[in-house]
Amino acid sequence: MRFADLLAFAWQVLGGYRTRTALILLAMGIGVAAVVAVSAIGEGARLYVVNQFGSLGTNLIIVLPGRSETAGAMPGVLMGKTPRDLSIDDALALKRSPSILRIAPLIVGAGDVRVGSRIRETPVLGTTAEFIRVRQMAMAQGLFLPEGDPRHGQPVCVIGAKVASELFGARQALGEWLRIGDRRFRIVGVLAKQGQSLGFNTDEIVVVPLSAAQALFNTEALFRVMVEAKSREQIPDAKADIEEILRQRHEGERDVTAITQDAVLATFDRILRALTLAVGGIAAISLAVAGILVMNVMLIAVTQRRKEIGLLKAIGATGAQIRAAFFTEAVMLALGGAACGLVVGKLGQLAIGQAFPDIPFTAPWWAVIAAPLTAIVTSVLFTVVPAKRAAMLDPVMALSKR
Amino acid sequence: MIRLTGIERVFRVGDEAVHALRGVDLLIEQGEYLSIMGPSGSGKSTLLNILGLLDRPDAGRYELNGHDVTGLADDELARVRREAIGFVFQFFHLVPRLTAAQNIELPMVLAGIDPAERRRRLDKLLGEYGLEARAGHRPDQLSGGQCQRVAIARAMSMGPTLILADEPTGNLDRHTGQEVMAVLERVHREGGTVAVVTHDPEIGARAQRRIRLVDGEIAGDASA
Ligand SMILES: Nc1ncnc2c1ncn2[C@@H]1O[C@H](COP(=O)(O)OP(=O)(O)OP(=O)(O)O)[C@@H](O)[C@H]1O
Ligand SMILES: [Mg+2]
Repeated sequence: MRFADLLAFAWQVLGGYRTRTALILLAMGIGVAAVVAVSAIGEGARLYVVNQFGSLGTNLIIVLPGRSETAGAMPGVLMGKTPRDLSIDDALALKRSPSILRIAPLIVGAGDVRVGSRIRETPVLGTTAEFIRVRQMAMAQGLFLPEGDPRHGQPVCVIGAKVASELFGARQALGEWLRIGDRRFRIVGVLAKQGQSLGFNTDEIVVVPLSAAQALFNTEALFRVMVEAKSREQIPDAKADIEEILRQRHEGERDVTAITQDAVLATFDRILRALTLAVGGIAAISLAVAGILVMNVMLIAVTQRRKEIGLLKAIGATGAQIRAAFFTEAVMLALGGAACGLVVGKLGQLAIGQAFPDIPFTAPWWAVIAAPLTAIVTSVLFTVVPAKRAAMLDPVMALSKR
Repeated sequence: MIRLTGIERVFRVGDEAVHALRGVDLLIEQGEYLSIMGPSGSGKSTLLNILGLLDRPDAGRYELNGHDVTGLADDELARVRREAIGFVFQFFHLVPRLTAAQNIELPMVLAGIDPAERRRRLDKLLGEYGLEARAGHRPDQLSGGQCQRVAIARAMSMGPTLILADEPTGNLDRHTGQEVMAVLERVHREGGTVAVVTHDPEIGARAQRRIRLVDGEIAGDASA
């Protein structure tokens, strides 16, 4: 039997039993669509998190006081005891490392920001000029903090886009003065809109020189130091240098933690990838269900088409040809179902993409390949028994009854 | 040429044995036209099924066109059926979802004959059996007589040497039945061996050789 004829024959069967065909296509389609859509959601969540970390800056190492043995845990989770503070001098000493490109010490607090009679409480960030490059942020207007000795900053500040609009409305903020507590700062720049980045909205902050923040919050201690390594390859060296320099400065005690963005990212990446696989796998169960449906329908078909199978044998079909006809039918159903499912899954993905435009929903390549493949394999496997039964049918018995 | 020697066929129902055929010896020359008659349950269909290689005898030897086909494997039997034997059934057994033309084509499709050649033979068959106008119709749009003509055209599509018909007129009125017999007889005139099982003495009498089965044994073998 020619392959084209085999296809045509199976096609005629599918066309001859339309309700049945539509039902299986539906079941297969739902299974494939579920796998595609669900894994697209998982993958979207993963990419979202990865991008969030990426927006922190590249080749980043975050140094924070206190020791934690949990490499790769979230910064906020690290609640080690703090035997010694990180000082500005500690931070500046890190520049000695040949693997470190730039550093930005950080102090964070909340302050009442005042312009005329308007008051707004915002997070206040004390840092140095290099912060903007370490974090890879952009300016909407003006300049970032000026370069200079971090111990003696000028009374200037940079404000987030939202702070600017809330305090000044449509008025020009650049060059104006604002008060934080009892200190006055001249606004030299407005940050470009960036939005949420790891729970920290840079549109709502005010950035002041490090020394000013120290005075405002009455502390010498740094919240953390952000370090940018010269390249991705040099991140481990930079990390080792940081630990060594600070150990020496802290009388031999390892009392700081250096977290590389990669380590944190890798953990998230692993967790979310596993999660996507797991939910994809659960969705794949629906494919197995579709497979069982195929088997049922095929078994019914063997009974329903007894006479036809008997006739085919009488006019010279071999057992192999009968089996081939059944398998072709099963594969065609699976392919059709998979195609429908991929289209529906893709549409579903686009629909949730519309609902949550921030999250990059994309079905991972393995799901797009595995889902149709699973559909085909299950439907072929579940056709083995019915096809065998059909091939073994006794033609005399099949033809003798009306 | 067909030679049956000592053919036995025993069916087991529970622990009872039903002897459908007992020691049947039969020699049929190429081009013979024979009818097989006998009471219900005498083994007519069983004999026809064994002749058509759809069923295997429990004992005895079957020679078809000089070859012993008794011990052939299933796939080889299928090949012989495809190449050398055509079946016509009481209930036509057309595939309901296929058109008349597609039904006629089916044995050629199974044999892997290329579409151009199929087309050529199909056109010829449609013409010979007066089915040109019905080629695109499905069985449920055809009359009984037309269905049987389609079935005969299908049986003839591979150019078999042996045509086996089990009560081909059993489901047709007298007039249509005689028409169908005329079609089968044309096959015989063109050199085919035709064996017809029937209950109708009038139809049985049309054959040159009449075989009578009783209780699985050949009780009469008369040539006109
Ligand atoms: N598959 C089977 N299992 C058991 N017994 C069978 C089977 N097929 C046929 N028989 C028996 O074998 C005998 C011959 O049957 P067969 O069908 O050949 O008769 P027949 O001459 O064609 O009868 P009819 O004229 O009614 O068609 C009968 O007694 C029948 O009951
Ligand atoms: Mg019978």
